[in-house]
Amino acid sequence: MSDTHAQTVPFVRDTMLPPAEPPIREAGAVRWLRENLFSGPVNTVLTILGILIVWFLVSHFWDWFAHSIWNAGSLSECRQIIAETWGEGARGACWAVIRERWNQYVYGFYPPELYWRPTMAFGLLFVALAPVLFSEAAQIRRIVLGLAALMTLWLMVMLDAPALWLAFAAVVFLGALLVSERHPAWLLVFSILYPLMGVWFLWGGSAWGPIMVLVGPVLGWIAWRVMHPFSSLAAIVAALVIPVLWWIGYAGEAARDAESIVSFSIPAVTSDRFGGFLLSVTIGVSGIALSLPLGIVLALARRSDMFLVKSLAVIFIEFIRGVPLIALLFVASLLLNYFLPPGTNFDIILRVIIMVTLFAAAYMAEVIRGGLAALPKGQYEAADALGLDYWKAQRLIVLPQALKISIPGIVSTFIGMFKDTTLVTFVGLYDPLKSMSDAVRASTSWKGIYWEPYIFVGFIFFLICFGMSRYSMYLERRLARDHR
Amino acid sequence: MKTSIFLGTVAATTLMAGAGMADTLADVKARGELNCGVNTGLVGFAAPDANGNWTGFDVDICKAVAAAVLGDPTKVKYVPTTGQTRFTALSSGEVDLLARNSTWTFSRDTDLKLDFVGVNYYDGQGFMVRKDLGVTSAKELDGATVCIQTGTTTELNLADYFKANNMSYQPVNIDSNAEGEQQYMAGACDAYTTDASGLAATRAAFADPENHIILPEIISKEPLGPAVRHGDNNWGDIVRWTLYALIAAEEYGITSANVEELATSSQNPEVQRLLGVTDELGAMIGLDKDWAKRAIMASGNYGEIFAANIGEQTPIGLARGLNAQWTQGGLMYAMPFR
Amino acid sequence: MTDMSAPGNPTFRPSMLIYDRRYRSMTFQVIVFILVMALAWWLVNNTVRNLAALGKDFNFSFLWSRAGYDIPQTPIPYTSDDTHFRAAVVGLLNTLIVSILGCIAATFVGIIAGVARLSNNWLIARLMTVYVEAFRNVPLLLWILIVFAIFTEVMPPPNAFRGDDPTASMILFDHVALTNRYTAIPTLAMTNDPGSLDLGARITFNWATIAFVAVLIGGWFVRRMIGAWAQRVQDQTGSRPTTWWMSLAVMTVPSLLLIWYFGLHMVPPELRGFNFTGGLNVQNGLVALWLALTLYTGAFIAEIVRAGILAVSRGQSEAAFALGLRPGRTMNLVILPQALRVIIPPLISQYLNLTKNSSLAIAVGYMDIKGTLGGTTLNQTGRELEAILLMMGVYLTLSLIISAGMNIFNSRVKLKER
Repeated sequence: MSDTHAQTVPFVRDTMLPPAEPPIREAGAVRWLRENLFSGPVNTVLTILGILIVWFLVSHFWDWFAHSIWNAGSLSECRQIIAETWGEGARGACWAVIRERWNQYVYGFYPPELYWRPTMAFGLLFVALAPVLFSEAAQIRRIVLGLAALMTLWLMVMLDAPALWLAFAAVVFLGALLVSERHPAWLLVFSILYPLMGVWFLWGGSAWGPIMVLVGPVLGWIAWRVMHPFSSLAAIVAALVIPVLWWIGYAGEAARDAESIVSFSIPAVTSDRFGGFLLSVTIGVSGIALSLPLGIVLALARRSDMFLVKSLAVIFIEFIRGVPLIALLFVASLLLNYFLPPGTNFDIILRVIIMVTLFAAAYMAEVIRGGLAALPKGQYEAADALGLDYWKAQRLIVLPQALKISIPGIVSTFIGMFKDTTLVTFVGLYDPLKSMSDAVRASTSWKGIYWEPYIFVGFIFFLICFGMSRYSMYLERRLARDHR
Repeated sequence: MKTSIFLGTVAATTLMAGAGMADTLADVKARGELNCGVNTGLVGFAAPDANGNWTGFDVDICKAVAAAVLGDPTKVKYVPTTGQTRFTALSSGEVDLLARNSTWTFSRDTDLKLDFVGVNYYDGQGFMVRKDLGVTSAKELDGATVCIQTGTTTELNLADYFKANNMSYQPVNIDSNAEGEQQYMAGACDAYTTDASGLAATRAAFADPENHIILPEIISKEPLGPAVRHGDNNWGDIVRWTLYALIAAEEYGITSANVEELATSSQNPEVQRLLGVTDELGAMIGLDKDWAKRAIMASGNYGEIFAANIGEQTPIGLARGLNAQWTQGGLMYAMPFR
Repeated sequence: MTDMSAPGNPTFRPSMLIYDRRYRSMTFQVIVFILVMALAWWLVNNTVRNLAALGKDFNFSFLWSRAGYDIPQTPIPYTSDDTHFRAAVVGLLNTLIVSILGCIAATFVGIIAGVARLSNNWLIARLMTVYVEAFRNVPLLLWILIVFAIFTEVMPPPNAFRGDDPTASMILFDHVALTNRYTAIPTLAMTNDPGSLDLGARITFNWATIAFVAVLIGGWFVRRMIGAWAQRVQDQTGSRPTTWWMSLAVMTVPSLLLIWYFGLHMVPPELRGFNFTGGLNVQNGLVALWLALTLYTGAFIAEIVRAGILAVSRGQSEAAFALGLRPGRTMNLVILPQALRVIIPPLISQYLNLTKNSSLAIAVGYMDIKGTLGGTTLNQTGRELEAILLMMGVYLTLSLIISAGMNIFNSRVKLKER
């Protein structure tokens, strides 16, 4: 065959030529540059402008970053080292201040031997959040829980945590990892217990306090079970009233009595020791956790058919959204004591948390209202068609879906609130940004250091907030796919 | 013992409701802790160190009161207050005692419902400028930019002074002493004005104190003293006489070192009364007889406290001046213990 | 409760208040109302008792007493002899100045950054992403402090401009001096000053300013009339007359005439004594706050603008091109109206946020209403309850005005859906 072919058509090439290289202008880096940076006169000008900006930033700040000092006892020592190493007149960053005072930026004035407690509380927060935030993908959940466990345990070892508590944390993490494989929803039990646990880890004192607080709902549930056969209305009233009566009337005494019988307490830490990122995270997390239920109620109220309920919700939300947070913080520090019964006096941190909660609740209500509105009308109608009453429809059909849609909005509310916790500096609390930096600067060795603390604190804020916003974007994409 | 914060709230809003704030002494004793309002950070007067331990001239007053009332100078909760929140913190009952270099003025004593119990530091407002500005008197500051802390009496004095001398100025409002230093060091204001003690403390901390001068004019009287709530005279008496006990102790040569010894050996009847050897002065203000002894032992007498925190041996380096004992030509004059 | 006796209804029993759907919501509302009223009464009663215990009263007469303190920047004449009320008004005006300037600048920055983030240019898109993320994820307070610190630490003091061989020099043809205290800019002066309109309370408006505003507003109306006329001609004849030079002339010529008539010129600042005088010294607190607010809010607006543009589907612009519309008109008539519908509601809340965030002026010593009424006045008079309530009322009113105004605008640009 090939023979005949060769004879009849003598000049046919029987092998293919290799494809020629594309012209240099259309390949590799040059093509990328042409398409992405120099595709037209306008683009070229923009690119040059961009390069100039980058060059300006690099040329002005590079030497400062390059000449970083990590080991020094004071600013003057830093400057001396820089002058010796890079010559007179050289600029440089003095990160030694962070190295020496990092614990103050992170933990405030918390007793150093107890640093492991807030660390553990923060680590366990991820377990508590797992069923809410990380329930979408098993892979992510494993990674987050695993990393949180490793980091927390490692940090606790570094901070000399007692072996008993190390074991406790390890058991919780391991348990959470195992339980979440089979029944992720079971972790919700831990999420519900976590607020009390976290409060106890942070402030310390007797464990009986949180336990007695927990007894309240249990009593309410018992009352409900007992009363239910007779009258469902009385049962509901009893289930609501009895815990409140218990908390007001007897819980404190019961905790004291129990403590005197079986003492079970860890060293107490008062609120004035809180500062730095510990304070920010405490205010941020408790604010968001407390504002979520309030926000749901407000959102439902705002969408209610009942005129009075609706107008009250609108007035509250618009009032809170209309005033700056800083004004509300001043209310917390200056006015709240006027509004409460004479002689009442409690912690400024708690008062700040109350106002921050109210503030966040108004924003949260709007986010959740958006989620409720985004739900297809058919869902509401289907619930009605099934004959569910209002609360059952909300609880079983509407809220689970609406809250899921709202998670990205909730996360961005949280980011905003977390950033706003820096404003507590204006009511005399030690936030990491201003008060703590001022406190560090007040010591003679670090007087006159400005940029390094700001950059350090800003960097940490950026890491946390950027991480959260990326995660919420990921979640948003995932949830959006579920709805298609 | 601290129970949960939730319990605390519930208890605070309900159980404590109705418990008036008239009896501060009973409240403090029941609490076992003195809530003391201090500056958020002014080295020498009140500032937390790296571990959150408070030290300073005002802090020692808190310690002395806590020692007198509770028997333990460490039983103090320091509540940092800003210039804006300090008086409200006191009137709302958040603090029992405000030791935050606050000036005793007519309107604060009357309209703001505070009671100043005495003066622990006689101060006056001055100006600090750079030497190379060539200014030697505050009268030459016409048209200058002046850094001034907002919410203080100094702000009002400054306005009055420039108006009275028919001069103009540009105020730069700052929020804390730390910020004032930053602005002044960067040259954002020609002059920095605050209490002369504060100026000295600020100047002492500069790398080049010799390049800055404090102008001779003192434009106001700033008697700084601890304040309590109006209406609880017994508590006011306790704080007042604790302060006087410290001042009297210096006058009679009682120091933290020799107070025990003098209590047994001194033949001076005034010292004997003060230290509770004879007479029961403590009982008259609702305390035991050793109250003054404990107050003096907490951080020493007035002179020791002064020397340890702001005296000439410290970086702040303030001379006694007006704050010397009356026997030395100063204004510190304790009322008789009798 | 009137339909209690309506025909067909069974006789009313108390349990129906709970179990009958018709009455249940009424019952519930009554209970909520009682609870809210009880709470309000409780709060007010506590306040009254607390005030009585402290021997204080609740009245606003302190607003009419002498303030006694000075304010660095006063849009209306103010001295320390004026009342606290006037100080509060000065503060309010300062709040408005920084908010309005901030909203305008943030809109520009946001639009540029939002469009640039969508640019084909890799470098520009990346730079804008860095800008947006950096500002969105770091507290505003930090940016305010950093910008302010840059001004105080990096800019030269006025002294540096002095002498034969100054270390610093003025920019823009010796008209603007950037110092670490203020930015000294030229002021406007007139050789032929027409005098001022006195509104009482030492608030005056120069007649020249009024004339300029009147001329500009008049010009705008005339321009609209020209536009309407061009439209009419186009409808009748099919060809649109060229009008851009008419519009330009209407907008500029009368103003130029006024400038010539009043002899308007700039007076550059000059260094005299300690400071620059003659010009207008814009406090660094204002500039830093304005810049930080602009960049921070701009980052948020950029995201809003980007989302708005992405929300308009590609088919819309393709359809517009298919109809033969030029790119400019496509943008104006097709893309923007639809994008604006998405952009405006969140934009309003950004404006609101900016206005509220301007209360951080406290960090840079700019005397806004938080600084005067809620700061120094509160502190000097000890009237925290009155001062803070008044301040919150002012912010609330501002917020309501902004949302009302923007809602009207929103309803006008909204597409009429059928």
